[in-house]
Amino acid sequence: MKGSLIILSFFATGLLLGISRLFPASWIAFDFSFYVLAALMFTVGFSIGHQPDTIKQFSKIHSRVLFLPLTTILGTWLGVMVISFFSKHSTAEYLAIGSGLGYYSLSSILITEYKGAELGTIALLANIFREIITLVLAPLMARYFGKLAPIAAGGATTMDTTFPIIIKTSGKEFSIVSVYHGFVTDFSVPFFVTLWCSLK
Amino acid sequence: MFIVLLFMFAGIITGYLFRKWKIQFINGIILTLIWLLLFLLGVEVGVNDNVVKNFANLGFEAMLIAVFATLGSIIGAWLLWKITPKTPKEHFLKH
Repeated sequence: MKGSLIILSFFATGLLLGISRLFPASWIAFDFSFYVLAALMFTVGFSIGHQPDTIKQFSKIHSRVLFLPLTTILGTWLGVMVISFFSKHSTAEYLAIGSGLGYYSLSSILITEYKGAELGTIALLANIFREIITLVLAPLMARYFGKLAPIAAGGATTMDTTFPIIIKTSGKEFSIVSVYHGFVTDFSVPFFVTLWCSLK
Repeated sequence: MFIVLLFMFAGIITGYLFRKWKIQFINGIILTLIWLLLFLLGVEVGVNDNVVKNFANLGFEAMLIAVFATLGSIIGAWLLWKITPKTPKEHFLKH
């Protein structure tokens, strides 16, 4: 939660500087953000490749629960597909936003790069809201939809920001599942966001 | 546009090669880059008068997407939960 507030404050500061035109527009034209994005992707990859021990733990998970990241991704796609029919944006654009799975920083950055600031803003807010919904409603989800539900709702955030609330509501025995789910869905975000952005 | 994925793969390979090294600062670098990019995203949104004018509408649309995305994934998890054996200790971990 604190992390989202810090990120939002960086976004808000940029927003104010942009509105007031205090920030030199030539910086944006230079496509500075692409190079920072490339550096970000490299370091995200680095942190994945750097933890082979974590991956070994995942072999303890029950085979059927191994499908949880898949049901999360497909369920998200179905959900945003339904709502996309009421929007002026295309279904593929909505699928790109949904594929952020709560990883608002990376997904909004990628979508801005490919689709522009308007869709990037929607992606940022939608994925922040997803995290907030999970943090607030996790107990209700666990009660009515089973103990895997808060993990699915948390999407790509279940190994960091929503991890504590998931352990609290679903139980400590779900910690490996939660980390596994976050790890796999985290990894899926750049792929599926890029894929859906490349389609009309 | 898939070029960013190449950067990620290069990172994975590099990270794996350096797996024996204790590298604590990588999460700090990631966070700093994210802050910088979100700041730049803010600037890009701010200079775009159309987006600024429609900010409330975009927020509403984002909320709808978030609700439906979350709901869809919860229903998926619910179905998976129903077909998963419920004996204690067995429903998520092997023996």
